[in-house]
Amino acid sequence: MTDTIFINARLIDPVALTDQIGAIRVKDGRISEVTENGARPKNANVVDCAGMCLAPGIVDIGVKVSEPGERHKESFRSAGRAAAAGGITTIVTRPDTLPAIDTPETLEFVERRAQQDAPVHVLPMAALTKGREGREMTEIGFLLDAGAIAFTDCDRVVTNTKVFSRALTYARSLDALVIAHVQEPILSDGAAATSGKFASLRGLPAVSAMAERMALDRDISLLEMTGARYHADQITTARALPALERAKRNGLQITAGIGIHHLTLNELDVADYRTFFKLKPPLRSEEDRNAVVQAVADGLIDIISSMHTPQDEESKRLPFEEAASGAVALETLLPAALRLYHAEQIDLPRLFRALSLNPSKLLRRPGGRLQAGAPADLVLFDPDAPFQLDRTQLLSKSKNTPFDGARMQGKVLGTWVDGARIWGDG
Amino acid sequence: MTFRQRHLLGIEPLHPTEITTLLDLADSYADQNRRGVQHKDVLAGLTQINMFFENSTRTQASFELAGKRLGADVMNMGMQASSIKKGETLIDTALTLNAMHPDLLVVRHPHSGAVDLLAQKVNCAVLNAGDGRHEHPTQALLDALTIRRAKGRLHRLSIAICGDIAHSRVARSNIMLLGKMENRIRLIGPPTLMPAGIGAFGVEVFEDMAEGLKDVDVVMMLRLQRERMDGGFIPSEREYFHRYGLDAAKLLHAKPDAIVMHPGPMNRGVEIDGNIADDINRSVIQEQVEMGVAVRMAAMELLAQNLREKPKEVMI
Repeated sequence: MTDTIFINARLIDPVALTDQIGAIRVKDGRISEVTENGARPKNANVVDCAGMCLAPGIVDIGVKVSEPGERHKESFRSAGRAAAAGGITTIVTRPDTLPAIDTPETLEFVERRAQQDAPVHVLPMAALTKGREGREMTEIGFLLDAGAIAFTDCDRVVTNTKVFSRALTYARSLDALVIAHVQEPILSDGAAATSGKFASLRGLPAVSAMAERMALDRDISLLEMTGARYHADQITTARALPALERAKRNGLQITAGIGIHHLTLNELDVADYRTFFKLKPPLRSEEDRNAVVQAVADGLIDIISSMHTPQDEESKRLPFEEAASGAVALETLLPAALRLYHAEQIDLPRLFRALSLNPSKLLRRPGGRLQAGAPADLVLFDPDAPFQLDRTQLLSKSKNTPFDGARMQGKVLGTWVDGARIWGDG
Repeated sequence: MTFRQRHLLGIEPLHPTEITTLLDLADSYADQNRRGVQHKDVLAGLTQINMFFENSTRTQASFELAGKRLGADVMNMGMQASSIKKGETLIDTALTLNAMHPDLLVVRHPHSGAVDLLAQKVNCAVLNAGDGRHEHPTQALLDALTIRRAKGRLHRLSIAICGDIAHSRVARSNIMLLGKMENRIRLIGPPTLMPAGIGAFGVEVFEDMAEGLKDVDVVMMLRLQRERMDGGFIPSEREYFHRYGLDAAKLLHAKPDAIVMHPGPMNRGVEIDGNIADDINRSVIQEQVEMGVAVRMAAMELLAQNLREKPKEVMI
């Protein structure tokens, strides 16, 4: 196989935190060297990046592919194509399917389907408790052997602290990663919005932003008890940040993520009960949004995810309280994240630290880096190209994006997985 | 005299002049209703459908009577027992009804925003008869008319709204309407029944009745829902009545000519002492019911006018 060389690239390096013109040579699906932008070698395919950004492909933790159970909402084929179009080279899938992925057999089904249909890497997560019911832990050992990358009950919180502490202890003995949703489940029961003036005006049942910190505080205590490897899926409020900072400083194995919508939208975007903006947790105030954007720039919040959640039209065309939560985001993750770059709140290397490097590190994968030896999972994009999003053009089977009609910037020109181009011309 | 709305979904989108227009018309209807004048021509030939997804006797009766006095053909649909139970979505129900070409649709629904959603899918005029905890515009308008008739004006009054503000659509619509008309609004209730972020509504908040009622012109009591009474939001009915129920002693703190209002149905001995409710010198509760019919007649007439002037657009 001939080498490929990417020249005239604006290299976004999330390790060195640099953003400069250079070239990358790819051999046998891996990056063989990162060099100065020099002459064109004869024995290689040349990709002229024309000064556009070349970054490590996005590693997206928490993608819902609705197989098994609801393939009409999203399949591995559609999610894989949407990811490729969005510059995502690895999707880490959620087990909140029908049925839940809580046995090695269902996990193998998912792996087989992903292998057949998805052009990107697929790393499946498994449920932490059977049926995600929070009563008995799953076969963590067998599931690890079958290829589970992490364990999570997704948006269901394990309320029983005995069950959760045992699962964490058992997971620690196998060095398994546990991902948890941080919302105090009883306080947030039935809530469709964050409590405050907006929710009160609209008459929506709401939960205090404090429900997030309460759950995080509980989980931090359990981590001190058990020493497990833990990732909080979405930290979306300012009040939770000091607790997270303290837990990290105290040396606990804790990281935190956030969904792209909580970084780029706030509660007021719900406006007249627009159900595409109904998320879990609900959208927060502008003060909270600014605080978490800063936390991503500072590295306190480690990871940005799409929290891709396909929903069909029927489950969204309902009164706000009854409508399903979640939004699709594989194709809008990068352009939405670039809003933070254009607003000068975060630079591109730090953005890709949260999109690519940190998730790879958390999952102990070699990607997310522009370094010799790393897999050639790459995204080439124009950070400035403007467009207006039309949801009907999305490749996802479900079109429930809050960005319909939004003016955005950022176009993916090419996506490569293991050195092979899976998106873009050429 | 302007009223530009296509629907009456809430007080929030109304301009103060629209509120005044509507109240002026309702005021004349109130007088004519007393004299027994008939207006069968106003809505003649129009069809009004009352769709109540939530139990209601008085509001539904009031809308029905208002429509009949103006000559509309009125149809009531009790939606609790109907196709919703068979799994039909709200939007499908709306489309089904729309295909029958009604002119006025009166809707009450237990979820906030449901009436807005329905209004997007039909091409008749929609009147919100209460959606979840969001708005109940005709109630606020009838309260406003009652106040205006009793006090001679609807501005620069000090008005206390007392009780379960958090779960009350009546309170939200009233806060908005009375605020738009430049009144001073005081909210009184236990903190468990106050909505979050209430400080940002431009109101004063009190936890003590004596303090909150001091020198007010209007005392508006809210109904305490049965399901909130025991333990969940307040310790007990009797403690609530002791601290927040309106009785003669607490009413002494208000102005001597302050009026007492209640949207009904009342829980006597819970939020209001029966003697106060029946005191013809203070209570305007019966007049509120009377104004309800007049306000609904005015609202339907104005919407029907707009419907006639702007022919229905065909929508999906």
